[in-house]
Amino acid sequence: MSFTDVLLIMFGVILVENFIFSKFLGICPFLGVSEKPATALGMGMAVIFVITIASGTTWAVYYLLLEPLGLEYLRTVAFILVIAALVQFIEMFLRRFVPALYSAMGIYLPLITTNCAVLGTALLNIQNRYNFITSVCFGFAAATGFTLAIVIFAGLRARLVEAEMPRAFRGFPITLIAAGLLAMAFAGFSGISFT
Amino acid sequence: MKDIILIPVAVLGGLGLVFGVLLAIAAKVFAVKTDERITAIAELLPGANCGGCGYSGCAQLAEAIAKGEASPNACSVGGNEVAEAIGKVMGVEVERTVRKRAQVMCSGTGNLATKKYVYKGVADCAAALLGGGDKLCSYGCIGLGTCVAACPYDAIEVVDGVAVVDSRKCRGCGACVNSCPRGLIEMIPYGATQWVACKSQEKGAVTRTQCRVGCIGCKICERNCPTKAIEVSNFLAKINYDKCTGCNICVEKCPQHTIWSARIEGGRLVINREMPEEKAK
Repeated sequence: MSFTDVLLIMFGVILVENFIFSKFLGICPFLGVSEKPATALGMGMAVIFVITIASGTTWAVYYLLLEPLGLEYLRTVAFILVIAALVQFIEMFLRRFVPALYSAMGIYLPLITTNCAVLGTALLNIQNRYNFITSVCFGFAAATGFTLAIVIFAGLRARLVEAEMPRAFRGFPITLIAAGLLAMAFAGFSGISFT
Repeated sequence: MKDIILIPVAVLGGLGLVFGVLLAIAAKVFAVKTDERITAIAELLPGANCGGCGYSGCAQLAEAIAKGEASPNACSVGGNEVAEAIGKVMGVEVERTVRKRAQVMCSGTGNLATKKYVYKGVADCAAALLGGGDKLCSYGCIGLGTCVAACPYDAIEVVDGVAVVDSRKCRGCGACVNSCPRGLIEMIPYGATQWVACKSQEKGAVTRTQCRVGCIGCKICERNCPTKAIEVSNFLAKINYDKCTGCNICVEKCPQHTIWSARIEGGRLVINREMPEEKAK
């Protein structure tokens, strides 16, 4: 796979095949941690961090351990195990050596353990038969797309708080409506073909 | 045949074991000293994570208390006992606080309050408010139970169109106060035995057409109160609990039966209520 192919895959997954708006992965943190742009960015950074590392690790576990033994069907369970352990490890590492980053990411790090976007990336890497480099790049780009989406959405929500609307729409209802409109806006990218 | 089962079990078990051992080692290597008081305080707190203190949960409050950001008596649910125990952990004296309970300030049950239409929409007060609620009174309880859903202690139920707080279950967290779109719920001292169960600021003549038990602002209670504990403003009486002695004179004098009274029997609040329909005749 040439360098251009990798780049095309990356741009494709950021805009056209955005995890949140076209694959519906990672909706939970997208709605849960998007109240302020700053925390949304923190969550996005944590996701980029974990997905990039998890892409590499799960690739290694699959091609070095599961495939040689003919245990491909175990990949979902094995990946969950890998991701959970990885997040735990990163959390402990950050807490000890980068306490500032640890407190900035706060509860978002452990939340990522059960984030379907992470598992989704790992499984898509296998499904699309990417090599190691492409897997890591794909993971990084997918998480970047997630960050882009959540930060844009947090900016919208910050303004929605000030907006006047009927009481029944306030809070979560208008959030869901805004998410739907944003997804429609992103659907505009589907006309662009990168691959 | 054995391999089909044994290999996967060994692989997954092995993976789990390796990660487990690695994490155990990492936990030792990367151990960070935490404030022991945080865990001690967290164990003392009720653990209901009701959010009444303003923090997202009991663990966050414990951290804030240990850091000195919150006072040891910040948990209204735990009350004085918990506050004192936390004070011991922190090594400080704790001010005693008055235990409070939530009280819904509306008496317009059943046909006492006039209805303007039959509401058949979404069972949520905020949603029903779009149509102004089914009662003619624009201050009254909508009775669709938004506060019931908000109460983390299951202490509220809607009886005959008005929400009622069970004082035995109420822990005073105040979650319902914020949930009520009409702002009808007030926190009053736990031992308070009189309260004005109305929020209507309409003129007396208007209130009379809307509800048989609404406060009309006649000031009879204000004039009769021996300790000047009741004040009427905007056609609505309000009791000042610092001055109220619980003499019950206002309850007896109130022509609209808007002021409720209760007595404390064996530590429990028992409401005395003569139904106004009977008295009206």
